[in-house]
Amino acid sequence: MADAHSIHAPSAPLSPSVPPSPSAPLSPSALAHQFDDLEQQHAADELGMWLFLATEVMFFGGMFLAYAIYRRQDEAAFAAASGKLDFWLGAINTAVLLCSSLTMVLAVHAAETAQRKPLIALLTLTMLLGTVFLGIKSYEYHHKYEIHLMPLAGLPFVWDEEGTSAGHAQMFFNLYFLMTGVHALHMLIGLGVMATLLVKACRGGLLGEFAAPVNISGLYWHFVDIVWVFLFPFLYLVRV
Amino acid sequence: MSQTRPTIRTFVIVFVTLLLLLAVTVEAARHDLGQWNFAVATLIAAAKALLIILFFMHVRHSAPLTRLVVSAGFFWLAIMFALSLTDYGTRGWLPAM
Repeated sequence: MADAHSIHAPSAPLSPSVPPSPSAPLSPSALAHQFDDLEQQHAADELGMWLFLATEVMFFGGMFLAYAIYRRQDEAAFAAASGKLDFWLGAINTAVLLCSSLTMVLAVHAAETAQRKPLIALLTLTMLLGTVFLGIKSYEYHHKYEIHLMPLAGLPFVWDEEGTSAGHAQMFFNLYFLMTGVHALHMLIGLGVMATLLVKACRGGLLGEFAAPVNISGLYWHFVDIVWVFLFPFLYLVRV
Repeated sequence: MSQTRPTIRTFVIVFVTLLLLLAVTVEAARHDLGQWNFAVATLIAAAKALLIILFFMHVRHSAPLTRLVVSAGFFWLAIMFALSLTDYGTRGWLPAM
């Protein structure tokens, strides 16, 4: 990583044998011993998280591909099935998640600038918004269950739109529950991560140079938000 | 890194832009744009995703290697979509043997 030296410590000589001179005195516990400095450690943290997120892109991508192939097959049935979803609940949930992304990014900012109380408040707010999202989602699931549009675990699927294929409409709802279900699972994991961060923040951790966990968890939270940004138009806004 | 980070003001501007884009999607979905419905919805979603990646996930200020990994992730996704959809899209082109 001689390259990293030259970028982050331009005043230091370019010889790899000379240790870089950190601009500020570091607390020894913030910097893991295998890294030259905190900048390099942060870059490695982010790189590792993005490698994981790249696998997540492919994981969700497979489901989006299945969706694209079945939608091409019968757009009329997909549009009719999409019309059974509550457009406004989907839009409100998108807004809720976008708000939670704002509180998350502000939480990262608060952690990095070592502001303990704003960090705790913003993490709590992010969790609250995530819970509101899941609450609205469960209300929608329950409604689909009541009107027999939940083709899961042998539940009856009743399709009353004349002129469109019941089988293809059922495929739409299979994909709807698969994709939103896996997304909701990611939200639950995200809430667990946020709860862990909140406990650490309440104990006075995660501030200043110890903020990396907040930053990395933020990347995960924003990624889950991006998945929903695509799920919303593809599931709720299908028109022929 | 932190000295190049965007300020709170930037985050709020990006957030307001995201909400405006959401409003545009909702409004566009209430009108029939014919064959452009899907393209418009997808383009707006992609714009929102790009804003989140560049500013909220601060890829704009990330190390070049991180940016390469981010681009590669979405490039692989594009390969998967391009090859699969050319397959499914061209299956009816040849008469049955």
